[in-house]
Amino acid sequence: MALAFSISPASDVPIFRQIVQQIHRAVALGQVRVGEQLPAVRTLAEMLVINPNTVARSYQELIRDGVLESRSGRGVFVTEKRQVFSGEERLRRLQHAAERLCHEAMLLDSGLPEIREILEKKWKEIQRETRGVETKEEKKKK
Amino acid sequence: MNPAPVIEIDHLTKYYGKREIIRDLSLKVPPGSIYGFLGRNGMGKTTTIRILLGLEDPTRGSSTVFGEDSRKLSPETRARIGYLPEGHHVYGWMTVRECGRFQASFFPKWNQDIFETVITHFRLTDKMKTGHLSRGQRAGLCLALTLAPEPELLVLDDPALGLDPVARRSLLQSMLYVTRRPDRTILFSSHLLSDVERVADRIVVLDGGVLRADCTVETFRERLRHYVLKFRDTPPPTPEMPGLLESFRTDNEIALTVANPDAETEASLAGLHPESVNPVEMTLEDAFVSYVGERGEKSFFIKEQTRK
Repeated sequence: MALAFSISPASDVPIFRQIVQQIHRAVALGQVRVGEQLPAVRTLAEMLVINPNTVARSYQELIRDGVLESRSGRGVFVTEKRQVFSGEERLRRLQHAAERLCHEAMLLDSGLPEIREILEKKWKEIQRETRGVETKEEKKKK
Repeated sequence: MNPAPVIEIDHLTKYYGKREIIRDLSLKVPPGSIYGFLGRNGMGKTTTIRILLGLEDPTRGSSTVFGEDSRKLSPETRARIGYLPEGHHVYGWMTVRECGRFQASFFPKWNQDIFETVITHFRLTDKMKTGHLSRGQRAGLCLALTLAPEPELLVLDDPALGLDPVARRSLLQSMLYVTRRPDRTILFSSHLLSDVERVADRIVVLDGGVLRADCTVETFRERLRHYVLKFRDTPPPTPEMPGLLESFRTDNEIALTVANPDAETEASLAGLHPESVNPVEMTLEDAFVSYVGERGEKSFFIKEQTRK
């Protein structure tokens, strides 16, 4: 499995959220695929040298977000993508991500045209990597 | 029903002469948890640990370990406790192997496999003279001596002091390894908050001999909030508000750190009519520093909120 974590405890992002974000990303990028099993809580905790309860909490959050599912007695698996966020929450998350991108771009003296160009290029690149997993948005267009 | 606590401290107070070291400390540590014991130097951590293990008498109050009064711990109960004192003391004239054999003679249970595993982990060999070991190696030896009797309760007093990052990581690994078994409990004091954040289930903050937090790391971080208020012009005077720990002012900003913020806090911030209010997440270290720092008021206590 192509899951590589990096945990930094001194960050302003809590450890459990770092794990959540990294699994989200790995799933989005197709580094782990639907149906694939994630390491057991204990295993991952020992691998990352962190408290197992922290890992358990991350998994719980990802299960709630619909990224993972727990199959009783067998472990935790990546699920078929489904949208579990309400319209409002979904929009809030998107806006938050956009805000971060804009701040970063301003800091680097970039402008809207460049951001747009890079965004489009990156989007296509990731689409290719994940072998064209279609989003709802795109299905609608068709 | 909750399982009986491994450690129970009840209204403990300790004076050295006229100096108060611990004031009215009460704490319960349930089995199966890793407790991080935090506080600045001289705030009563080591004294609390020593009283807990019966090495010192309390002035008032009491404590029990495995249900036995700390002042009268039986040898059987002591054998269930692994204590790593501050400073990693060893007899310098012994070899590593001799240290192991010496220590083993005091314990009914001695797991030589554990001893050797930890020794190897810290790259020690049997024949090394302990007087010539580095700080990290000595820490490894002490840890091996403490873990080999398979104690149910581990009390580690600043075990990471003076360790390099690799040795520290090994120490944390050992701690997690020990608590694989659900009946194993660890209480460790530390100043390395990133280590605490990695392995602790809960933290206890002692400040000036007073218990000021007993909660999870997450709760501690969530209950301390940093706000940045932006203003068009010079900001109004910094408001008085309950829980205010720190505030900084610049030409058009006020930055505040508040303990236990609630709707009232947010309302009084909004009442200043800033252009924007940004809550900023804090690192555990920042949160800790503003909580026990010089400037903060000392009247807040952080504990788990009861969920409604």
